[in-house]
Amino acid sequence: MKYLPLAAGFCAIASSAIAETPVLTVYTYDSFVSDWGPGPAVEAAFEETCGCDLKFVGAGDGAALLARVRLEGEHTKADVVLGLDTNLTETARETGLFAPHGVSVELDLPVAWGDDLFLPYDWGYFAFVYKRDELTEVPRNFKELATSDLKIVIQDPRSSTPGLGLLMWVKAAYGDEAPAIWDSLADNIVTVTKGWSESYGMFLEGEADMVLSYTTSPIYHLIAEEDAGKEAAAFDEGHYLQIEVAGKIATTDQPELADQFMAFMVSDKFQTIIPTTNWMMPAKMPKAGLPRGFEVLVVPQISLTTEPDQVVETRNKALEEWLNALSK
Amino acid sequence: MAERAFKIIPIIGAGAGATLLLLALILGPLGALFWRAEGVAALGAADWAAVRFTVLQATLSAAISVVLAVPVARALARRQFFGRGALITLLGAPFILPVMVAVMGLLAVFGRGGAISAMLGWLGLPPVHIYGLHGVVLAHVFFNLPLATRLILQGWLAIPSERFRLVASLNITGRDVGRILERPMLRDVLPGAFMVVFLICLTSFAVALALGGGPKATTVELAIYQAFRFDFDLGRAALLAMVQFGMGAAAAAVMLWVAVPTMMGAGLGRTVERLDAPNAWWDGLLLCVMSLFLVAPLAMIIVDGLPNLFSLPASVYSAAGRSLSVALLSMTTAVILALTIALMVVRLKRGALLVESIGYLVLAASPLVVGAGLFIVLFPVADPVALALPITALVNAMMSLPFALRTLVPAVRDIEASFGRLADSLQMTGWVRLRLVLWPRLRRPLGFSAGLAAALSMGDLGVIALFSDPDSATLPLQMYRLMATYRMDQAAGAAVLLLGLSLSLFWIFDRGGRADADL
Repeated sequence: MKYLPLAAGFCAIASSAIAETPVLTVYTYDSFVSDWGPGPAVEAAFEETCGCDLKFVGAGDGAALLARVRLEGEHTKADVVLGLDTNLTETARETGLFAPHGVSVELDLPVAWGDDLFLPYDWGYFAFVYKRDELTEVPRNFKELATSDLKIVIQDPRSSTPGLGLLMWVKAAYGDEAPAIWDSLADNIVTVTKGWSESYGMFLEGEADMVLSYTTSPIYHLIAEEDAGKEAAAFDEGHYLQIEVAGKIATTDQPELADQFMAFMVSDKFQTIIPTTNWMMPAKMPKAGLPRGFEVLVVPQISLTTEPDQVVETRNKALEEWLNALSK
Repeated sequence: MAERAFKIIPIIGAGAGATLLLLALILGPLGALFWRAEGVAALGAADWAAVRFTVLQATLSAAISVVLAVPVARALARRQFFGRGALITLLGAPFILPVMVAVMGLLAVFGRGGAISAMLGWLGLPPVHIYGLHGVVLAHVFFNLPLATRLILQGWLAIPSERFRLVASLNITGRDVGRILERPMLRDVLPGAFMVVFLICLTSFAVALALGGGPKATTVELAIYQAFRFDFDLGRAALLAMVQFGMGAAAAAVMLWVAVPTMMGAGLGRTVERLDAPNAWWDGLLLCVMSLFLVAPLAMIIVDGLPNLFSLPASVYSAAGRSLSVALLSMTTAVILALTIALMVVRLKRGALLVESIGYLVLAASPLVVGAGLFIVLFPVADPVALALPITALVNAMMSLPFALRTLVPAVRDIEASFGRLADSLQMTGWVRLRLVLWPRLRRPLGFSAGLAAALSMGDLGVIALFSDPDSATLPLQMYRLMATYRMDQAAGAAVLLLGLSLSLFWIFDRGGRADADL
């Protein structure tokens, strides 16, 4: 028994040694933490000033991330969860796991933002992307797309964030008319894939004329590959807006660091990293503006959204309609 | 008798331990999900539609793969030609490719923008329409025809060469060889091969959806994914996983019941020299067509990725190193587990079939449910993220166990039947018996099992996607990350690296196993 105090003492010393550099754990989606995402640059920039160790943990995509946090519940090791979007915030709010972010900042979003739990860090519009030299008549809305012979490849709403975005887009634009739109789109859809990468890869290989992606996709090809050949089709019924947010975990053992990170997230340093790593629009415009290349971005006339408290209901109804229309 | 029982107990004990571990890995996660679920789960009409589609596509895929594999395996078994060894190694390639890479390769040949459509275009014909049930089956046959061929080929090679000499000396030819030697062997081997392919197709999701052309092609695994990720209904996810399991169990029960073990008797393990073997042109044509079917998509993948192979970011190479160690760990675990279970199965008087089926049923386990369930179990006691790599290795080992069992159990059974009594009478036990009796005859199936386990683990994304930590990415994960950030060209390069490493691992062990054999 005499070893017990010794062991206890050792543990105390060991844990105090660890405590010297506090660790802030941020859960996010996988592409954020990858070497080609914003993760590495954000980590370096935050660690310059925080006197801490910023640890990113990746978990699939946004929806998988939320599932992960719900699995862990209030014992979660996360201090901050970054990477939920406006289709997930209501469900996330209902878990009761998140605390108010307490940041007041003037954001540059296409819509007003008044959520006290979740703070946006970037945003973008879903869009159909095509190859400029292969498409002469570009559809200007879903109806023109449906009557054309164009082939599109989309993602499954049950397994993919943009896939769900498209469902919400059609629903927000057409409401009760949505099933008819899906009926008429059915013969244009080459196939539905599990995730965005598969669709986009298939589009690049020539399997389809258009792919469901983001308005920013052509900008990636322009800036990173110096290829001006991709373009996003502007739809006159408007485009569905995706806002990506982060939230602070209520039970965090690093509340100050978490607050510090939330404030850092809308700072110039973080926001400058976003456009050319996450290929989304910064939630707070950096002082230097957007990088060269972004000036050709397609800016929709109408931003479509769904009221947060309507999301789950709309989503389930839209999924049912979609399954019915495409399973015929 | 007492002495014999004494020798057997440790083997049974080890085998039972391995089986229990396996059961725990399958059932533990299911139980964990049910435990965490809120409310009572029920399945809806859409779920049952998914069940029907899953059974349909898996049955078709398995039947076609196995039926095509029989003549191919026979051709390979009775022909000697330049490049035969290379062809047999290459046969393993589609099966060990990450699924999305293989799909891209298939589409480059059969897709709307693929090679065949381009040729049809020159003739003024419309492009191939690959999307639909036939597309799903085509992809699954592409993946599994080689595996089925290998499994059946093992059966052919297990017929002692003395039997072929005997039929030749008795002037038995053609159809009668089939009746006397080959058909009994097929009766033994085919049900198992069918079952393994069926079980693999049972959990297919991304491939079925992408080539199925839409939500009509919803499989049970996708329904599980939806329950977990979209609805966060853990109870339904677990229930669906149980249904998937039930389908697998039913298939396994039927197949094990249908299979009739053969009794070929002992041989001296000499090289098979076929003195019969008619229809050389037919075998040649068959092998050409099949090689073209398998090699064309692979060639597309290689052509696409090769230019980027040497300009990959350093992190891709370090991920490759990590994947190699996971693969070797996974391989060792799989071979040890499979060998202990196989040694036990052949000694059990009752329950052998049950134990063997448990080994196969792993394939019907939902990878998502296993991952999420392990996460629930581990989370309160350890950091699952820190354990990501060992867990990935363990789960990968589990997933390759059925293939190892498929090859090891018949081999051990044959050896024990042919040499067991001789070894007993010489009082060879334990290590001596393993080294002198089992090892020389088990080298080939062991090498094949080890190679396959290593290669499968190398190419499988596995559970790491659920537990990922930025610094412990494996090669498949890194490849998916490249794809997710628009870097399709580099991802194609990483795919070639992955293909090369997986095939090398497979070749090294498989070759090592048949160093002195005729293959």
